[in-house]
Amino acid sequence: MAIRNEWRGFKGVKWLDEVNVRDFIQNNYTQYDGDESFLTGPTEATNILWGKLQELQKAERAKGGVLDMETEVVSSMTAYGPGYIDPATKDLEKIVGLQTDKPLKRAFMPYGGIHMAEQACTTYGYQPSDKLHEIFTKYCKTHNDGVFDAYTDEMKRVRHNHILTGLPDTYGRGRIVGDYRRVALYGIDFLIEQKEIDKYNCGKRQMSEDIIRLREEISMQIKALKEMKKMAEIYGYDISQPAKNAREAVQWLYFGYLAAIKTQNGAAMSVGRVSTFLDIYITRDLQEGTLTEQEAQELIDHLVMKFRMVKFARIPSYNEIFSGDPVWATLEVAGIGQDGRHQVTKNCYRFLNTLINMGPSPEPNLTVLYSPRLPEAFKRYAAWISVKTSSIQYENDEVMRPIWGDDYSICCCVSATQTGKEMQFFGARANMAKTLLYAINGGVDAKTREQCGPKFRPITSEYLTWEELEPRFRDMLEWLADIYVNTLNLIHYMHDKYFYEAAEMALIDTDVRRTFATGIAGFSHVIDSICAVKYAKVKIIRDETGFNVDYVTEGDYPRYGNDDDRADEVAIWVLKTFLAKIKRHHTYRNAEPTTSILTITSNVVYGKYTGNLPDGRRAGAPLSPGANPSYGAEKNGLLASLNSVAKIPYEYALDGISNTQTIAPSTLGRTDEERANTLVNVMDGYFTKGAHHLNVNVFGVDKLLDAMEHPEKPEYANFTIRVSGYAVKFIDLTREQQEDVIARSAHERM
Amino acid sequence: MKECNSRTNAEAQRLRIHSFESFGSVDGPGVRFIAFVQGCAMRCAYCHNPDTWSCHGGELWETADILDRAERYRAYWGEKGGITVSGGEALLQAPAVADLFEQAHARGINTCLDTSGFYPAPSDPTPTDPAPTVVGGLSADISRLLAATDTVLLDIKHIDPARHKALTGQDNAGILALARRLSELGIKTWIRHVLVPGYTDDEPSLRALNAFLRTLHNIERIEVLPYHTMGKYKWQKLGIPYRLEGVEPPTAESVARAEQILREGCSC
Repeated sequence: MAIRNEWRGFKGVKWLDEVNVRDFIQNNYTQYDGDESFLTGPTEATNILWGKLQELQKAERAKGGVLDMETEVVSSMTAYGPGYIDPATKDLEKIVGLQTDKPLKRAFMPYGGIHMAEQACTTYGYQPSDKLHEIFTKYCKTHNDGVFDAYTDEMKRVRHNHILTGLPDTYGRGRIVGDYRRVALYGIDFLIEQKEIDKYNCGKRQMSEDIIRLREEISMQIKALKEMKKMAEIYGYDISQPAKNAREAVQWLYFGYLAAIKTQNGAAMSVGRVSTFLDIYITRDLQEGTLTEQEAQELIDHLVMKFRMVKFARIPSYNEIFSGDPVWATLEVAGIGQDGRHQVTKNCYRFLNTLINMGPSPEPNLTVLYSPRLPEAFKRYAAWISVKTSSIQYENDEVMRPIWGDDYSICCCVSATQTGKEMQFFGARANMAKTLLYAINGGVDAKTREQCGPKFRPITSEYLTWEELEPRFRDMLEWLADIYVNTLNLIHYMHDKYFYEAAEMALIDTDVRRTFATGIAGFSHVIDSICAVKYAKVKIIRDETGFNVDYVTEGDYPRYGNDDDRADEVAIWVLKTFLAKIKRHHTYRNAEPTTSILTITSNVVYGKYTGNLPDGRRAGAPLSPGANPSYGAEKNGLLASLNSVAKIPYEYALDGISNTQTIAPSTLGRTDEERANTLVNVMDGYFTKGAHHLNVNVFGVDKLLDAMEHPEKPEYANFTIRVSGYAVKFIDLTREQQEDVIARSAHERM
Repeated sequence: MKECNSRTNAEAQRLRIHSFESFGSVDGPGVRFIAFVQGCAMRCAYCHNPDTWSCHGGELWETADILDRAERYRAYWGEKGGITVSGGEALLQAPAVADLFEQAHARGINTCLDTSGFYPAPSDPTPTDPAPTVVGGLSADISRLLAATDTVLLDIKHIDPARHKALTGQDNAGILALARRLSELGIKTWIRHVLVPGYTDDEPSLRALNAFLRTLHNIERIEVLPYHTMGKYKWQKLGIPYRLEGVEPPTAESVARAEQILREGCSC
């Protein structure tokens, strides 16, 4: 095959005539072992555009969180003409493309559920269109309608009782990362050709239900690819052919992503592992003398600016669970290749440098694929960025690479997925703390007093013993796993049917692997409660009806978060027991069941609906987030806490084990340089021990308190903090969540 | 104080521990595991750990068990980190701390001693050491401890003997002697000085301390630690009247100024 001009200078063979971006990267990337001294500051254009965007963000906040909203036009790739941050400065935008016709204007996306789309409008004072209402209630069915047509009474009951919460039954499920790099490397026409071949080969003889569905899906993907070309034409670009240079590569890639966020409002709309890929184009341009370092940084700054602008119209109940308007435009840097070469390029530095050039920001959700074997200079730089901005997270490449290879992306907050090879059925999470209470109370909900779970025998003894509790807890978990998996099966069936992600799936292999991502909430409380029962004496307090309402614990007991093997073994037992029960069930499209210990900010809402627990947590108080130990349980400092979390085997929670730590600058060191070095030591140790994820915040409680009381201060406009698996602007959290964050930010030693 | 120093033979290999901290990053080089020992002879007015004063209480720990526990965090230490013994006052349990540090070195663990420098007179016989030998002005135990110490964090409370006594209840002659001895032995030392407005922050005192520090040749760092009130609740809990009522923490500027004065002419 003659090498195309767009591919001049590129090496490798396999990727030339098949879609194989990984092979392209492996053959062409340039490792960088140096430090950050080559980086450049923002250009004037960047400063002007970012200045305008900050004004818009300010106006958005002043208007109660939404700047503008569409009510008349259904979002699609070609629903609007071109949009710019400001038409007057459109020539300054090196990378173009907005979700709608105006910046920060939220599109109307009814396919997940027309009622939710309309409620989002009315919540913020917009009047939804009568015509669209008629169309989507009379003539066109949505995902949400499909789900509720099929839900059983029991499914509605578990939803209503909040033992399952945050299910993607009213909005896009997200967590599907199109391989947006394919648009840049191959151009759309080649991708269409490949999909045509797949369609030709699909179901020549046997027209089973699976095959019919797949043929329909491939056709939808091909249509989506054709529409992407039209979308790019609106902005004056022809993306039918491969990108010729770095600027085109960045732009082509962004068009792929733009197609996704114009057609889907998934909870997580991740960008993927694009940094090292784009570096190949930038390096070639730098060598050819057609691009300067300053221009390269500007391209990345402008791309990131676009990721900072992604918005979806949401309803209040959604915002309660996913607080702070997140979109999880997750984007990875670094990592190590299968051949042992690290994948740190100059572009990994450039992406982190956007946090300096344009200040801290929650989006894109910048993720460092960490390994103690990464170059020291890069580790120190990343840690220094954490110290300065608290805006990035770290995930252990050493535990993920053996499972997902060396070209995986993070598809949500922390979950890995092989780029272009896999998709995920997002399953929110089940409240395990509540399940424990159901086991004690025979399936009756402590909050609603409804018989939500199965009517097993409640515990009637004076003291809670493990002999009595264990079999009941196992039975209740069995029930939970059953209702959970079945509910998700139903939801994803309907999502495929009514809200199929044609644009993203067009950029993923036709023969896609699927994971089925369940999740656990209330992890630490279940562990500590079990430990209390096992190692201390837990007396049950009953109300006048004989219902178990509270627990008095006499004596000391080990608690999760102290590097105490007795408690940490319970943690492992809980996880393994739950996953084993999940795995017993059939999953929709034979997806591989996984689980996560990850709660986003839903720990606050989940806690509201959970009664008193034997570990002393009071009814209504927030649950501990993700895999974090309970607030106040940690008695031996940060590393003891990290050691406990590091013991949880990633193999049993492939969807992720999230841990968020806030460290006061004074406890990390006396200067920023010292702090960065300490952080590198901490992460080297934590990840060497096999941990999966770490969110790092570096600031003191005093700053949080001041930001809560004085959100109007300019220095807090972009004050970004990491919460469970993502970042938010602190001032965008609800007061309740702010207080929760403050209560947990106490790693300050006396 | 006498009680701290007089231990039975069975306790010789054991340390009276107040608590452990898995993550110390400003208590010696790199990331460190900290063992806080129980018992101190000083009664500093600004102490933020008065709960470590008493020589009773705490828990007796075998030195080997302490190291086993510390080694759980070895992966975090990098090249510089290790263990720090802080207090309380580690020198009051010098034989056991010496054992601990010798065993740590045998395991390849870096050791750091965080001390006020105040220890009982070497001539005082104790049950474990009825006829103490004196080497270079230090007891054999303390000499042995220093031989196994990689870094010393020496907290000099005040350079003036009378004001030192008023502030801490003890003389500073022995402390300054120890500082000189550390310099002679060439043990890397970080000097620390807590800045308490109205007590330790006047310029003449700082200058006098600086003059003393200039005579030492082993100083790696000089740190000024701002007085804080975070330990005050412990005094209240223990029912001890707090002597610095109404004293505010120093400003960032005065801390910087004090650091500048103390570091003048020093190589660090």
